[in-house]
Amino acid sequence: MKQFLPLAGLAVLLVCVQLLTQWTGTTYYLTQLTMSAYYSVVIIGLCLLMGYAGQISLGHAGFFAIGGYMSAMLTTRNLITFQDQDWMVLLDKIGFLAARQDLYGEAILSFQPWAAAIIAVGLAGVIAFIIGIPVLKLKGHYLAMATLGFGIIVFRVFLASEIFGEADGISEVPGFTLLPGVTVTGSFGARVSNYYIAWTLVVVAMVMLINLINSRVGRALRAIHGAEEAANATGIDTAGYKLKTFVLSAVMAAVAGVFLTHYNGGIGPSEAGVMKSVRYVALVAVGGMANIWGALSMGVILNFLSLRGFFGSYDDAVFGAILIVIMLFAPEGLLRLNLVAKFKKMFSGGSRK
Amino acid sequence: MTILEITGLNKSFGGLQAVQDVGFGVEEHRIKAVIGPNGAGKTTLFNLISGTLPLDSGSVVFRGEEIQGMEPYRIAGRGLARTYQNIKLFPGMTALENVMVGRHTRSRAGFVAGMLNLPGTRGEEKRIREKSLEFLELLEIGHLADIEAGSLAFGQQRAVEFARALAAEPAMLLLDEPAAGLNMNETAEVGRLISKIRDLGITVLLVEHDMSLVMDISDEIVVLSFGQKIAEDLPAAIQQNREVIRIYLGDENA
Repeated sequence: MKQFLPLAGLAVLLVCVQLLTQWTGTTYYLTQLTMSAYYSVVIIGLCLLMGYAGQISLGHAGFFAIGGYMSAMLTTRNLITFQDQDWMVLLDKIGFLAARQDLYGEAILSFQPWAAAIIAVGLAGVIAFIIGIPVLKLKGHYLAMATLGFGIIVFRVFLASEIFGEADGISEVPGFTLLPGVTVTGSFGARVSNYYIAWTLVVVAMVMLINLINSRVGRALRAIHGAEEAANATGIDTAGYKLKTFVLSAVMAAVAGVFLTHYNGGIGPSEAGVMKSVRYVALVAVGGMANIWGALSMGVILNFLSLRGFFGSYDDAVFGAILIVIMLFAPEGLLRLNLVAKFKKMFSGGSRK
Repeated sequence: MTILEITGLNKSFGGLQAVQDVGFGVEEHRIKAVIGPNGAGKTTLFNLISGTLPLDSGSVVFRGEEIQGMEPYRIAGRGLARTYQNIKLFPGMTALENVMVGRHTRSRAGFVAGMLNLPGTRGEEKRIREKSLEFLELLEIGHLADIEAGSLAFGQQRAVEFARALAAEPAMLLLDEPAAGLNMNETAEVGRLISKIRDLGITVLLVEHDMSLVMDISDEIVVLSFGQKIAEDLPAAIQQNREVIRIYLGDENA
C-alpha cells in the first residue's frame, strides 16, 4: 500500500488546485490542466514502454491520433442516408447508433460515443499489435526510426484523407457521456467536472501502472531492459512481453486521444505530428525514464506551460532543446539531477556514457 | 536415466566449424564437465543447448523431448537453467529482485492480473519473495538481498546468478565457467556449491577451465578440441588419456 501514498497526496493536491482556482477566479486554468492530464496518460504509458521495457517509440502521437480521429469521425459522420440498410439496422439494434440534431437543426445519425471509443481504441490496439510484431524485433536506433516512420505514415494519412477532414481535421465532435450526468465535453459549465474526469482517468491509469511495475510482469520488463538474452534464458517470453507492453501503451495513448478529442470538440492533424511524438519522448526523458511519477509530474507541468503559451512560437523548439539538454546533462531525468557533478565531468574532458 | 541427449550437433560461423558432430548424454543427478582448450567450442555448445544460438544440424533431447530450435524461454520453461561465463545479471535491480526474476517460470501473473493486483496475485508475489529469499540464504548471501546487484563484488554477483538459476528449481543446470575470475578459495567454495546443487537432485553440466575443480567434482568429463569430441570418460581415465594430455600440453610431452 505504501506506493499509493503519493497518489493520495496527488488527489489532495488536485482538490486544492481546483478550490484555489475557484477562490482566485482563475478557473480558466482548469482547461489546460484537463488537457495536460489527458496528455500525461500518453506519457505514463510511454514511460512503461521506454523506461521499464526499454523500447523506444517515436510514433505514439500516431496512436493518440488514431484514437482521437476514429472517435471523432464515427461520432460526427452522418449516416442518415444509410439508415435503411441492413448493417445500419443491426448497429442500431446493438445500441451503437445515436440520433441527434446539429446546430442548424439537421438530423444526424452517427455512432454512439461509447461505441466509437471502443472501436477507436480497439483499432489502435490492433494496429499496434500488427506493427509491433515486426518492428519490435529491432533495437535502439532502428526501432526509433521504424516507429518514426509509422508516425509519419499516420500523420500523412490523416492529413490527406477527406474522411478525416484533411488539414482542417474534424470539428463539432459531440460530448461523451460516460455515466448519466458525467460528460466529457468542453462546454463552459462543465469545466470543473471535466477537470475531475480527466484526473480520475490519470489516477486510475497510475494505479494500474504502479501495480504492474511492482508485479512479476514489471520485474520481467526491467529484466528485458537490462539484459534481454539473460531474461529470455530465464524463461521470459521477451518478444511477447515487449509486444504486450507496446500494445498497452498504444491503447493508453488512444484512450487519451478519444477523451481529449471529445473534450476539445475536435481534432486536427497536428495531434498526429512527429513533433508531438518527440515531445512525449522528451517528457518521459525529463521525468527520468524509469520513473512514472517523474513522467507524470514533468508531463503535466511542461504541457501546462506549453498550452498556456508560455513558450510562444518556440514551443516545439523548446521540447527539442529539452531533449538535447536532458540527454547531455541528466540522462537519469531532472529529478535525479546532480548538476554540479555533471558540469565538472563535462568540462573535465572525460567521456560520458 | 539420461536427462539430456545430444546427437550430431553442428554449428559453423562462416568458414569456422565451431562445433562438429558432437554428441553425448548426461545422466540424471550427475555432474558432467565439458573441458577443452580455448576456442574448442564449449560456450558455443552451451548456447546451442540452451537455444541462444540456432544450430545447423543435430538434435538435443531434454527429458524425452526435442528442444532444438525452440526459443530459450521455452527451453527454460522445461526446466533447463543456465549461468554465463561473463555474468549477466539484471542491472538496476537488487540481488533479491534478480532472483525473483528467476522464479518467472514458477509463477503465472500476467499483465491483467498485475495491473489489478488481485488477492491471488498478491499471494503469489509473496511466495515468490519468500522462495527467492530462501535461495539467497542457500547461497549464504541473504544479507545482500536489498543491494543493487551491479554494485556487488564479482564473487557475490556469481552467487546471485547461481541463486537466480536455482530459483527456477530446474531439472538441469548449465554452468558456463563458474570459477572464472575467482581465486582459489572462492573456486573451492564454488566446487562445494556445485556438489550441493547436485545433492538437491539437479543435474549439472558445466564448462570449466580450472582442472582441479573439474577433477574434484565431476562424475564424467567430455573433452572438446577444435569443435570435436575427442574423449568422454571418468575423471581418472581422462587424466591418463594421451590424446587429452597432448592437446593440453603439446606434442613433445606426449
